[in-house]
Amino acid sequence: MSEVLDRPIRADAQVLAAWIAAEIAPRADELDAAQQIPPALFTSIAKSGLLGACVPLSYGGAQYDARSILTVCEALGRASASVLSLFTVHTMISSAIARWGNSAQRALWLPSLAGGETIGALALSEPEAGSDTGGVRATLRRDGESLVLSGVKTWISFGQVASVFLVSAILDGRVAAVLVERDNPGVCVTPVPEMTGFRAGMLARVEFDDCRLPATSLLGNPAFGLSQIVGSVLDHGRFCIAGGSAGLARACADVAIRHARSRLTFGRPLAEHPLVQRLLTDLMVDSRAAWLMCLDAAASRDARRPDMLVRTSAAKYFAAQAADKCAASALQLHGASGLAVGHPVQRYLHDAKVMNLIEGSTQIQQMLIAQSGMQWLQEWGI
Amino acid sequence: MNASDIGQTLRNFIGDFVRGGVHFDDNQNIFQAGFVNSLFVMQLVLFVETKFDLVVEHEDMNLANFSSVSALIRFIQSKQLVGAKA
Repeated sequence: MSEVLDRPIRADAQVLAAWIAAEIAPRADELDAAQQIPPALFTSIAKSGLLGACVPLSYGGAQYDARSILTVCEALGRASASVLSLFTVHTMISSAIARWGNSAQRALWLPSLAGGETIGALALSEPEAGSDTGGVRATLRRDGESLVLSGVKTWISFGQVASVFLVSAILDGRVAAVLVERDNPGVCVTPVPEMTGFRAGMLARVEFDDCRLPATSLLGNPAFGLSQIVGSVLDHGRFCIAGGSAGLARACADVAIRHARSRLTFGRPLAEHPLVQRLLTDLMVDSRAAWLMCLDAAASRDARRPDMLVRTSAAKYFAAQAADKCAASALQLHGASGLAVGHPVQRYLHDAKVMNLIEGSTQIQQMLIAQSGMQWLQEWGI
Repeated sequence: MNASDIGQTLRNFIGDFVRGGVHFDDNQNIFQAGFVNSLFVMQLVLFVETKFDLVVEHEDMNLANFSSVSALIRFIQSKQLVGAKA
């Protein structure tokens, strides 16, 4: 267990987590109200180094290990699920290019992704294909030396501001991954406002209308498109959302415990009522258990063990549900005040719902774990 | 590690994932046969990298390198040869 609990955290990741707590957390409700991250905050986020966390050192990034990424995601989950979403989608793109891009693609994209001059977004979901990533209808066809992309993607986090999209589409009967610049003439971005969770996630619908791309836009070998490129991108996203969910669960526990200690009912603090103590116990245990599941996944990822995939799925599965449960308990303890617009508890409640939907819904995780959890069964001698 | 040891290591790993414990031979395409699920190829790449201490690069991502035990043995030995020369 010491391998899991006692892994060192890089000093720069600890500094970044402290910066998130000081600079992002106090502004989370303001960002939600505005439904955006303002340009000045994007600049501050870029300067903080957050966007280069998953870019190799040789391309100007910080090249964090999994334990350090987890520290940052936990801090973001506590502070603002919307900024967690920015970190998640941006690092899904940068880590995919770092891992599966060729040298020209790495040189073209990674320095500006690290510095935040380029924002990356993942364009997988379609009106008729969400968790079913194999059901995409967007198509790529070859035309001489070019590729032509057609299709519609929706619910694209930070699609409103992204300057490069990683898009899934069918090429030669297989799902391929392709990098598309926003200023390509065939790209049309439409904002999707008024989401109730991740409200500052700057969602967009992105249409590709006979969008002509150089053949060098393909990421990796199309034969491995879905199973390797998209699969590894989603795996990274699940890890970020797992850590963010653990942070969100912890934020719910913190606010609920503080309230239960200070709020007097029937002449004594809420925290002294036995039925309230049951809620407080579950808040503490669930948020702690979620964090331990994430540490387990991080240790496996840093060792590059094949079971890191299922441990990450399990951490996301558990932590997202823990966040949902903790948010509901925090609301129960706050009563009607927790539902007031601008109160952090109503934000936690809505954001926790989203945690159970993105990067593979809770039900998708159940399928993955049941089908791929045999390493654990072997460990247990079953 | 010689070809025989590499093959046995791979058979043991792949055997743990094969649905229903069905028999497969070294030349059989494990993807086409539908033995394994969608996460398997990612787990296989991670296993090959960590067990045989090599890096699967962009240009290595060809199904022909991963489709069978025999193909994997050839791929791993070719990577080890390149590593030894470097």
